[in-house]
Amino acid sequence: MSDPQHIAKHVKVYITVFIALLVGTLVTVGMYYFHFDSVAVTITIALFIATVKASLVAGFFMHLVSERKAIYAILAFTAFFFAGLMALTIWAAHDYPETSQSLQRAPHPAVAPAPHVP
Amino acid sequence: MDIPYVVKLREDTNLYNAKVGIWLFLASEVMLFGALFSSYILLRVGAPPGTWPHGLLNIPIGTFNTTVLITSSITVVMAWASLKMGNFGKFRFYQAITLLCALSFLTIKTFEYRDKFTHYEVWKTDGTRLTGHIEGTPWFWNTATLKQKNLDHITVHPDARHYSEPIHAHAAGAKAEHGAGHAAGVSIPTAEISRLSAFVPGHSTYFAIYFTLTALHALHVFGGALVIGYLWGPGAKLWRTDPEQFTNRIEVSGLFWHFVDLVWIFLFPVLYLL
Repeated sequence: MSDPQHIAKHVKVYITVFIALLVGTLVTVGMYYFHFDSVAVTITIALFIATVKASLVAGFFMHLVSERKAIYAILAFTAFFFAGLMALTIWAAHDYPETSQSLQRAPHPAVAPAPHVP
Repeated sequence: MDIPYVVKLREDTNLYNAKVGIWLFLASEVMLFGALFSSYILLRVGAPPGTWPHGLLNIPIGTFNTTVLITSSITVVMAWASLKMGNFGKFRFYQAITLLCALSFLTIKTFEYRDKFTHYEVWKTDGTRLTGHIEGTPWFWNTATLKQKNLDHITVHPDARHYSEPIHAHAAGAKAEHGAGHAAGVSIPTAEISRLSAFVPGHSTYFAIYFTLTALHALHVFGGALVIGYLWGPGAKLWRTDPEQFTNRIEVSGLFWHFVDLVWIFLFPVLYLL
């Protein structure tokens, strides 16, 4: 088995990452209640926090900060195709003439008035 | 015949077989969920203004479930670290917590689904819409059910706000979907109902993608829990005969589990908050 002291150091890092993930979750939820005027800003911040949290999980819990080259090679291909998929998605999203409107919280359709209960 | 590199690392890659295997599998999983996220983006930006629902999911419950998964992620990695330090007892302890977290996550998700299957939207013939719960809390009713049951009216307890209203404009906010925002029952003649639907995948593209993403994710949680449960129980015998191979299996199952957590880290804000 590995050197216990070496693993003990890792354990401290895991706990720190765990706390950071909890804080990240609270910040994300807090941001929702804070609410920004721009939907684009809200989406950007929420996805930025999610990306940071995901990087922490991948980097430390999944040990990607110190992984073998072959694994990085597999993930480089994945990252390339994933980025391509998202780029195509964003490109296609601009085909919608009302994209900017639908991301704004536009006027809602007719909603039944508050019911009168005798 | 002995399979090479089950425990011993390959000289050129410094990896054992299962580790290469799980990373290739996770690469395919990234593309699977990537395609579904892509669908989500296109459905959302293609939705006519004002039709994409906001505030239909319970944020405190979603936050709690996120915490549960994050907790399970650290217990998985702690279980692996315990084995690395030769402490099988601690491994068992941490993985038991992981399994409890998995069970909690799935149970909570089941309750969330149940709430959706008993939550309705009514489209009235005058063009207005309202959401709420039907008296008696029936499951999966739709427009056809009204005819099949020969109902001349239904009693709906409407929500305080409709999901198409701006999300922050209403004080009830995230509470709107539950009892806190409900008014007393309103009787609606079936002749005035043009469409009735529970919050099921057929309700809208929002619920179609919500159920697709979360059910696929829940299946992953279930599958991961099965593997972790097997290695916690009967599969743990391997520890006595080949501790290194057993530790490798825990590492590989842990990598899958972290990926499941990672997917949820994106699903939570995308579906619950944005």
